[in-house]
Amino acid sequence: MTATTIAHEIPGLAEATHEGPAPKRIVTGYGFWIFLLSDMVMFSCFFAAYAVLLGQTAGGPSGADLFNLRNVAIETICLLLSSFACGMASIAAEVRNHFWFQVSMAVTCVLGLAFLTIEFREFADLVARGAGPSRSAFLSAFFTLVGCHGLHVSGGTLWLLTMMAQVFAKGFRADILRRLLCFALFWHALDIIWVAVFSVVYLLGSAV
Amino acid sequence: MSDMHDIHQADLAPGDEEQVSVKLRVLGYLIGLGLALLLTATSFFIAGTDLVWQPSIPVAIIVLAIAQMGVHLVFFLHITTGADNTNNVMALAFGLLIVFLVIGGSLWIMANLNHNMMPMDQLMQIQR
Repeated sequence: MTATTIAHEIPGLAEATHEGPAPKRIVTGYGFWIFLLSDMVMFSCFFAAYAVLLGQTAGGPSGADLFNLRNVAIETICLLLSSFACGMASIAAEVRNHFWFQVSMAVTCVLGLAFLTIEFREFADLVARGAGPSRSAFLSAFFTLVGCHGLHVSGGTLWLLTMMAQVFAKGFRADILRRLLCFALFWHALDIIWVAVFSVVYLLGSAV
Repeated sequence: MSDMHDIHQADLAPGDEEQVSVKLRVLGYLIGLGLALLLTATSFFIAGTDLVWQPSIPVAIIVLAIAQMGVHLVFFLHITTGADNTNNVMALAFGLLIVFLVIGGSLWIMANLNHNMMPMDQLMQIQR
């Protein structure tokens, strides 16, 4: 029995074998997903460095002396809510609602900027107290890891503003929607990395 | 390619959802947000409490973090176990393998080295 006769006898198989290539949106999303995973692999190296260097304070201050958990909790809530607002923006884009899209993206942006402001003030405060990145191996690892996440959030905020402008100027075109899909993935992935940051860096780091 | 019909494709891009009503989707994000806030609050509570056995706290924080990452993956990134999501899940599995190898391997090797290395003051005496 040849393959074609099997395909005709089993319902659904004929269509399944003649589907053709995946649409561009699927390929784009998948490619961006691979990029995000490689980004997470890069972060895992920084996490490994931080975990190894956690006790190497060179006589300087340790995490328990430095971290302000109330600030970290506020930062976490900012990022969680901005992730939620980003989800609302994705839904608004799919039902082609310009008003709610721009409102949700603006909320996402404001919460992201609030997060960045708190983080920047924390860094400035640490440096002012003589606990800058050059003080000890522990602080070098801390500034590298948390700073790298902060850089990602800054880049994401710029991308967010670009997307707002593009949707405003060009509308919900297919290519713009693909970029939006990638942006939403990026923003949610940053939130996942922040979960690891506040757990490992701040909560575990101040327990040691 | 018209994007309106893409939603009905058999494959899902990461971040995609099956087509359901707007209300249900908002509800999905709300459930995700609620669970994430709950897990975050538990983490912060456990880190500062004396109510639980102290040595269990680091393990509890790590378990809660992994659970919260799972919540984010399912409710925000929409990575599910559906047949049309296989590619995304396989890529994620490979990424996780590398992440665990890097973190676990580094901690293991460095702890072993620390354990086997002579204390620094003795090492300095030998060098003199």
